[in-house]
Amino acid sequence: MSAGKVAVRAALGVLAAALLVSLALPWLPVGDPSAASLPDQLRPPDGSHWFGTDALGRDVLSRTLFGVRSSLWIGLLAAAVSLVLGVLVGALAGFSRPRVDAALMRLVDVLYGIPFICLVIFLLAVLREHEPWLRAHGITRETVLYLVVGGTSWLTMARLVRNEVVRLKSLPFVESARALGLPARRVLLRHVLPNAYGVILVALTLTIPSIVLYEAFLSFLGLGIEPPGVSLGLLAAEGIESITPVHAAWWLIVFPGGALALVLLALSLVGDAARDRFDPR
Amino acid sequence: MSDPPLLDVRALATVLRTEDGPVPVVDGVSLSIRRGETLAVVGESGCGKSMLALSLLRLVDPPLAIAGGEVRLDGDDLLALPEARMRSVRGRRIAMVFQEPMTALNPVLTVGEQVDEVIVRHEKASRREARRRTVALFEEVGIPDPARRVDEYPHQLSGGLRQRVVLAIALACGPSLLIADEPTTALDVTIQAQVLDLLRRLQAEREMAVLLITHDLGVVAEVAHRVAVMYAGRIVEEAPVRTLFEAPAHPYTRALFRSMPSVERGRGRLEAIRGTVPAPADWPPGCRFHPRCGEARPECATDVPPLRPWAERAETRVACFARDAADAEAPR
Repeated sequence: MSAGKVAVRAALGVLAAALLVSLALPWLPVGDPSAASLPDQLRPPDGSHWFGTDALGRDVLSRTLFGVRSSLWIGLLAAAVSLVLGVLVGALAGFSRPRVDAALMRLVDVLYGIPFICLVIFLLAVLREHEPWLRAHGITRETVLYLVVGGTSWLTMARLVRNEVVRLKSLPFVESARALGLPARRVLLRHVLPNAYGVILVALTLTIPSIVLYEAFLSFLGLGIEPPGVSLGLLAAEGIESITPVHAAWWLIVFPGGALALVLLALSLVGDAARDRFDPR
Repeated sequence: MSDPPLLDVRALATVLRTEDGPVPVVDGVSLSIRRGETLAVVGESGCGKSMLALSLLRLVDPPLAIAGGEVRLDGDDLLALPEARMRSVRGRRIAMVFQEPMTALNPVLTVGEQVDEVIVRHEKASRREARRRTVALFEEVGIPDPARRVDEYPHQLSGGLRQRVVLAIALACGPSLLIADEPTTALDVTIQAQVLDLLRRLQAEREMAVLLITHDLGVVAEVAHRVAVMYAGRIVEEAPVRTLFEAPAHPYTRALFRSMPSVERGRGRLEAIRGTVPAPADWPPGCRFHPRCGEARPECATDVPPLRPWAERAETRVACFARDAADAEAPR
């Protein structure tokens, strides 16, 4: 087995473990991530707190695991949103007449030109103004976060899907499906899109890590998850705050940061492997 | 011979809409096919023969568009049908077989599902009923062990079997016209012969009309009753297959035969037609073949020769001023 394959297996293992732990978290003996304990402030790692404690005496191991969970969760949900939007727009463009195609793809080009980080920050800031209203309608911060991030991350997916649909559309089996009198919607859903799975899968696996990083970045800036919620970006921000000229609690940065790096690396490795496997180019 | 033709095409024109105006790809093609008859349309790649087939089914996508003419199937004007009714003509009354058996089937569906789909769609049959008919169709097109094969994916089948599946799909709803676009081009010679035999047998059994599109004169000799020779978007000659092979009339048809290897003529160099097939945008005025023609006359460069019966062989129709002139001079 080549070194590359070992790395991919390891990455899959890390992701599987992260997912399993995230799902099983309520039943694991890790303690409450928000349970403060003033006598235990800023303890370095030891037998009772493996990752140490933070400035409020909260267990960093528990906070890191919950952070991984919310980061993964938002990453997956936002990726799902971007998948739906990207496939919808891409398939519509690729399968429609040239004029509709051109209009949709120019729209994508224009959106590509907007610096998204500014747009997202703006959107999140505006939505925060309406937070009471949103909460009254059962829309939490997490929901807003993944909708906004997912809603701005579908452009690459749309382009890839559109190109693949255009390529597939000219293949004889698609022509033949039309020549057999199948309605356009059925041709698209049954004969075109299922054959685009490789491209969609590759785009998806490359979207997820970028979204996880996006979320961490926004939470770090204080625009994403807010206390008492936990996320890896938020933990990193808290870790940096704890660094003072008199005292540096290294474990507050190393463990959440290491967890984020590990998850991102694993996601990227799996994405690259998927591209090698499904993308002939 | 007096019954009306099954398919009657009059002056069909398909154009490519460009910024510089429409460019013809199929330019006033008229032809007709009777029930149970095989008409071969022969021509080099790029002469518009595949576009002709797609136009008959109204499957041309923008920037291509049908610009005029009439397509009548059993009296119904296909170009005037609403799209929804046209969909029930496709696959049910006219079926089409594409070249390239490698890519003519959807790789993510089993071959059985792809036949079922058409039957369910057009005949409102239940899934079980459709599957039963699919197995019977596989049997009919000579696929061994059909009950097992229906659940296989295209990549599990050989090229010959795949082409048989493609035929089964086309025949699923008992079409009265089968359009076969280069049905054997991608196959080995032995498999080609089998598929052609099968095509001929199915046609005879089902009394189906076949429009065979090919560049292969060998295939034409094998299965066609009548031949239409197409050059640069127009039909230049039309004749029964024997007549065409015995006495080709149009200079282009003659050149085609001279460029084909033959046992009688023996070894020696094959003659290539001088010049190249022009692209649609570069089609010359007058007779489209005149720049490459050895018998070209002055009027060939300006006027379009109409398709007219040839004096030498009454069953041949040819579009050529040189032939017309020879006919006029010949002593009666």
